[in-house]
Amino acid sequence: MTSTALYAPQPRKGWRQRLRAVADAAVTPLDLDDVLDHFHPLRGGTELRGRVVEVRPETAESATVVLKPGRDWAGHVPGQYVRVGVDVDGVRLWRTYSLTHGPRRDGCISITVKAIPGGVVSNHLVHRVRPGTMVQLGQAEGEFVLPDPLPAKLLLVTAGSGITPVIGMLRNLHSRAEAPDTDIVLVHVNASESSAIFRDELRAHGDAGRLRLVERYDDRDGLLDVAALDALVPDLDERLSYACGPAGLLDALEAHHAGRGLPLTTERFRTPLLEAAEGGAGGTLTLSDGTTVDAAGDTPLLDVAEGAGALMPSGCRIGVCFGCVLPLREGVVRDLRNGEVTVAAPGDGVAIQTCINAAAGPCTIDN
Amino acid sequence: MTVITKQPVSPIAHLTPEDVEQIGVELDAIRQDVLDARGEEDAAYIRTVVDVQRKLELGSRAVLLGSALPPLWVLGTIGLSVAKILENMEIGHNVMHGQWDWMRDPKIHSTTWEWDNASTAEGWKHSHNEVHHTYTNIVGKDNDLGYGIMRVDEDQRWHPFHLGQPLWNFINACFFEYGIAAYDLELGKNLSVPKEKRSEEFKANARKTLAKIRKQATKDYVVHPALGLPFGAVLPIVAANFTANLVRNLWSHSVIMCGHFPEGVETFERKSIPADETRGQWYVRQMLGSANISGSKAMHLMTGNLSHQIEHHLFPDLPSSRYAEVAPRVQALFEKYDLHYHSAPLPQQVASAWHKVVRLSLPNGWLATTTPKNLPEQLKLLWGMSTKGPKVRRAAQARLVQLEKRQKAARAEKAAASA
Repeated sequence: MTSTALYAPQPRKGWRQRLRAVADAAVTPLDLDDVLDHFHPLRGGTELRGRVVEVRPETAESATVVLKPGRDWAGHVPGQYVRVGVDVDGVRLWRTYSLTHGPRRDGCISITVKAIPGGVVSNHLVHRVRPGTMVQLGQAEGEFVLPDPLPAKLLLVTAGSGITPVIGMLRNLHSRAEAPDTDIVLVHVNASESSAIFRDELRAHGDAGRLRLVERYDDRDGLLDVAALDALVPDLDERLSYACGPAGLLDALEAHHAGRGLPLTTERFRTPLLEAAEGGAGGTLTLSDGTTVDAAGDTPLLDVAEGAGALMPSGCRIGVCFGCVLPLREGVVRDLRNGEVTVAAPGDGVAIQTCINAAAGPCTIDN
Repeated sequence: MTVITKQPVSPIAHLTPEDVEQIGVELDAIRQDVLDARGEEDAAYIRTVVDVQRKLELGSRAVLLGSALPPLWVLGTIGLSVAKILENMEIGHNVMHGQWDWMRDPKIHSTTWEWDNASTAEGWKHSHNEVHHTYTNIVGKDNDLGYGIMRVDEDQRWHPFHLGQPLWNFINACFFEYGIAAYDLELGKNLSVPKEKRSEEFKANARKTLAKIRKQATKDYVVHPALGLPFGAVLPIVAANFTANLVRNLWSHSVIMCGHFPEGVETFERKSIPADETRGQWYVRQMLGSANISGSKAMHLMTGNLSHQIEHHLFPDLPSSRYAEVAPRVQALFEKYDLHYHSAPLPQQVASAWHKVVRLSLPNGWLATTTPKNLPEQLKLLWGMSTKGPKVRRAAQARLVQLEKRQKAARAEKAAASA
């Protein structure tokens, strides 16, 4: 009848935890972190953030943003990406960018951003953000990294901002005391010479004999046909290939390499495909238990969910009380009062009032 | 005030249904303009206020460590009072309204905010955001009308209990945060139910509130005084926290009284509100049911911009920092539709609200029909109404109302004759 748990020694609280408990009690209903964040937002043990140290223009429409990450930054491998939460016009928006340096001696990290026409965050980062600005960070993620040990021959194919994970790899390789013994060919595709990010830096690498740089410009050479890759890289079959760029190029490359039985590692940038359905049309609603139901474009998600038998938090039902606010995991909704559209991608952390928002596409909420 | 449907001339009698809907359209347009303009500056504003508030509280508490010295006690107590007021009014109340949810910052969000108050955020959001803001000034539905302990409208039936309401109101003001907590729990209603029959929901909420009160009290009356021990400041720190809480309570109670209790703020009959109340009708009810406090920028900040109560009730989810800017447009709309925009300085509104509390502590018509000459008789009547049961009360009440009406008519006749 005795339970071992009963006699198990209680873990003794260390003095740090006790001190912490007292500090938390002294600032309730906040906790100590909420207070310390006002003085030292980059310390360990709090949410991961970064401070913009430098914004260096690369081309007219791109810039490298150097960030000092918080103490809890766990490091990264070149080629990986990071999620960055940036406040644009007061609204926190999350995007993913490749890290464009290897681990740096000053502990900073960098992302290189190309301003996309109409891109809210990219334009903000390239043209408006100033040193000192705080951003939110995730930890580095991604499998687009070079193998260890390195292969004897490497082919890197990049297009546009697809150079960003690759420049991190190259910078890292060539910052080592001992130059890597790898034969690298980089096919770098851009719309025009002036829009080519890192053009001069790559040429310098080329001139120094660290790699063979093949520059392709659409306005000069026409669109790259992957079938013509053999002409550009005669020993293609002997090389381990890495590619990053727009989906069209990557699809073509994958088909090309698969046809020849060659290995290929690609990195696809997630492009937000979410757009509101035309003319006030609805979509679907998926709830936490996996139920998916049709959601009309003129019916609040709250009513739709309740109609499907879900237990939902609710209140005034006229958009006043905020008692029905839930996270919109993914999807597009439309405010029935003024037609305003809210888009959420996974991880965006968007919370919506379900009583005045209707589906404008497929939606997933945590209820 | 008498519910508008029972007044001789309703203040909205001149509005056609089309007018009401047009008011809705025009107010929606004002709201949309703010939504369109809302941005970086607003975000910077609330972050600055939060930053200043936290540093002010921390600084004040640090000063209070030396509060064995009277000047430091005074300084620290003033700072702590201001910090607590800012936390509750301009930050807590407004964040919990969802005014800053649009920033998508989980640290300043209606779903995560907890405030420096005995009531829990969850309880407050239900009783305030949902019940009070939806059913504003509907007698019998909006419990803010007297918080269930006071009679603040002619249409709430008089009971001898109400004779004490000036006193209840003062006590409630001093311990307002506990009053709010009790009110959020609907404590009176729930405690009147036998213990075994109380709902699980009530029990769970009561537990949460007690836990919150314990934490709050531990902070103010145990942890911080203990920190002052090495400086010989235990009792001064207890006193400072008590004073700061008292000041915050009196201030927030006064501000909130000014929002809906001053004389001239309209109330509504439950059955006069259609089940499918339109947005225009809802807006008009908010327009008539609220009163503003005029004053300086600092005053607006310290009231959490509830000095713009009318604007707040029309647009409870717009950033508080924008109310001042939309106020002139809202006021112009009132004028355009010949409605009364109720605004006065703080002392005037507080006095008016208190006058109502005192006036309605007595049966309808009693004060109006009392003269020095008939005072003994009137007191006898009041005594009877208070002690002789509901039947006598009803009969006497009917007589009083009739008498008041007759006197009014006589006065009107006299005025007409002299004119």
